[in-house]
Amino acid sequence: MAIRRSRRTMMFAPANNPKMLVTAHLYGPDCVLFDLEDAVKYSEKDAARDLLAEALKVVDYGDTEIFARINPLYTEFGKDDVKTLVPAGLRNMRLAMTETPEQIKELDELLTEIEKENGIEVGSCKIQASIETPKAVMNVFDIVKASPRIVSVSFGAEDYTRCLGATRTKEGTEIFMARNMVSMAASIAGIDAIDTVWSDLADVEGFKNEIKSSMNLGFAGKSCIHPSQIKIIHDVFTPSKEEIEKSLRIVEAAAAADISRGGVITVDGKMVDIPVISKAERVVRLAKAAGVIK
Amino acid sequence: MKTLINKVNREIPSYIEGYGEVKPYAGPFATAPCGERSSVKLSCSKPGDSKLVASIREALEKCQIKDGMTISFHHHLRNGDYVLNMVMDEIAKMGIKNLNLVASSLTKAHEPLIEHIRNGVVTGINTSGLRGEIAKEISKNNILGKPVVFRTHGGRGRAIEAGELKIDIAFIAAPACDPMGNMNGCEGKSAFGAMGYPMVDAEYADKVVAITDNLVEFPLQKISIPMIYTDYVVVVDSIGDPEQIATGATRITKNPQELLIAENAAKVLIASGAIKNGFSFQAGSGGSSLAVCRFLKEYMKENEIKGSFVSGGATGYLVELLEEGYFNAILDTQSFDGVAAASVAKNANHLEMSSSMYANPHNKSCVAHQLDVMILSATEIDEDYNINSLTGSTGMIMGAVGGAPDTAAGAKLTLVVAPTMRKRIPIITDKVTNVVTPGETVDILVTERGICVNPNRKDLQEALDNAGIKTKTIGELRKDVEHLTGTPEKTEFGDTIVGVIEYRDGTVIDVIRQAK
Repeated sequence: MAIRRSRRTMMFAPANNPKMLVTAHLYGPDCVLFDLEDAVKYSEKDAARDLLAEALKVVDYGDTEIFARINPLYTEFGKDDVKTLVPAGLRNMRLAMTETPEQIKELDELLTEIEKENGIEVGSCKIQASIETPKAVMNVFDIVKASPRIVSVSFGAEDYTRCLGATRTKEGTEIFMARNMVSMAASIAGIDAIDTVWSDLADVEGFKNEIKSSMNLGFAGKSCIHPSQIKIIHDVFTPSKEEIEKSLRIVEAAAAADISRGGVITVDGKMVDIPVISKAERVVRLAKAAGVIK
Repeated sequence: MKTLINKVNREIPSYIEGYGEVKPYAGPFATAPCGERSSVKLSCSKPGDSKLVASIREALEKCQIKDGMTISFHHHLRNGDYVLNMVMDEIAKMGIKNLNLVASSLTKAHEPLIEHIRNGVVTGINTSGLRGEIAKEISKNNILGKPVVFRTHGGRGRAIEAGELKIDIAFIAAPACDPMGNMNGCEGKSAFGAMGYPMVDAEYADKVVAITDNLVEFPLQKISIPMIYTDYVVVVDSIGDPEQIATGATRITKNPQELLIAENAAKVLIASGAIKNGFSFQAGSGGSSLAVCRFLKEYMKENEIKGSFVSGGATGYLVELLEEGYFNAILDTQSFDGVAAASVAKNANHLEMSSSMYANPHNKSCVAHQLDVMILSATEIDEDYNINSLTGSTGMIMGAVGGAPDTAAGAKLTLVVAPTMRKRIPIITDKVTNVVTPGETVDILVTERGICVNPNRKDLQEALDNAGIKTKTIGELRKDVEHLTGTPEKTEFGDTIVGVIEYRDGTVIDVIRQAK
């Protein structure tokens, strides 16, 4: 089984902020998402793109996975974002305002062209589809299957509720169905779903509750807007000591019994089958990402 | 010109015009004291004598101020201080010239001093720090015409006690004062808290003038400086602007980079084994320093650890730690906010101490030498761990010596917290512009981008290795940062010396040359 990266946290950082370009990864998010879209004014789009390109060449981001939120390809900035940043080293891009599978296919083709032109292994650039409108939610099952480059899908609640004419609430009832659909689509495609941001930095309890609900809906991680949110997300995503110990016993027992082709085993007196093993493997992966076990 | 090279490899003239013979820095405890404590001219008072005078002018006349005298001030009122300017303006009106000014520190509130320097009223300055326009005029234009002498807080106390700095008249801003000159700093509309610096001035100056905006009935009940030292009491409308003295509590930073550095620093301290029952601690009021306390508090709570004392500049957050029982006492020489000032007045375990008791190395003991852990900040640090906190990389004076060299020498573990770059200028350099705190007294550097242990501290390196904390050599960290910033060009300096930096024992650790 391929080892999946942990994407518990995906921290937004505006690409037109030179300081953030060299410090964002130091706060320990699993992923940094340098934003070229909403956070950057039209007059600064070129400068932000150039700054990010230079940063990708000189900054050692270590283990942090670097994404850029590129502008939609139908805007005057989107294609230039890709053409500039891929040769500079960008390998992961979130396509803002994805609404159709065709948009993903268009990006896929553009990436293939750029990869070939620059001697980059074809297919090495990955895509995260950004689902931010009701139309996108309705198309999400097709979007996630539109390209083998798709490694994850994100949900953005601000634009979604704006399109609906709904007001965002802390309970999130207005986005409940959309989040379900995004996480289900991710599950079917075998990719990660990343949940929307929580913008009230002062309401830590509300934030924790939302992270818990994200986890329960199947999201692998959460977008965040401030370094102070990283530890909170990681803490919620870190399994308890009991969960880890139990999961380790299941994973070890499964490895010893080799039931990869089906069947059941017994651990701690309980029947364990493939779905249970898969859940245990996820717990172990989260515990490793949190540094609780090696 | 004959020069000498001191223990931190600085080439310094053996004689500096306007300062005198240079005793070279030879190591933190290499230079032993000699001589005797300074004495004070005797005087007496008779029953019925009044110390109250009508004005600063009358106090100056009664003190028989004259050209060439040495006068002292303290900076507890910080940016809100009115006293120094009021006194200097009156002195200037009297036509007095050629005064030697001994200030515990100078702030932007004291910028009118520039005119008094230009007019020859002030021709000598001794201080711990210098900022803003005065600093610029001295660094760039040498308006004083001779070097400013920079001393540590402990070094100031030592120099006064040793008679190297003989104060003729000390002016003391007193937020509470009775007619006999008993004073404290923690009551009244201009309360600033502890009175650590003028405690020494009062004891060793020939004349002492208390200046207050809060005259209370005799006897003042909480006495920080007793009447036995006070000659005259002047009542003025206001000694300072309370808005700029001490408002609210010094808050813990929300800056994510400072918090990251603080979290790293707390991990290092915990891994070092220093955080155990009975430990003592000093942190400045800087963003990261104060935030370290928050992370340590969590650890102390989880592990039921209770410390002994915290010292230095006290803040509201340290008061919280005291009141919640995490430490037994605060030893305070200068309160940094209103909460700390109020605490001095009400909490018996919040103890005032003089700057001499705090950090004078030639006392029979000082608090700096009882510290387990000290956290400092820096404007520059070099590959020998020498620290500069006084001048910027542009060569301009912009900070203070403070108590850093005192506590770095005294503490068992000295940790520096700093960002790796400020406004794209790296703080790690091959050679600091000026050495203020010698590298041999500095144990570890904690930044947002890496942790570096002084190679002298193999024990500490081993402890961090065992705890799985990754470290780099300071050279590696410097390279990482310069990879991002490029290597900055060095500032050029002229030959004129505009500042002498004394180590706490009175030796010269470095000189500041005029910036080109």
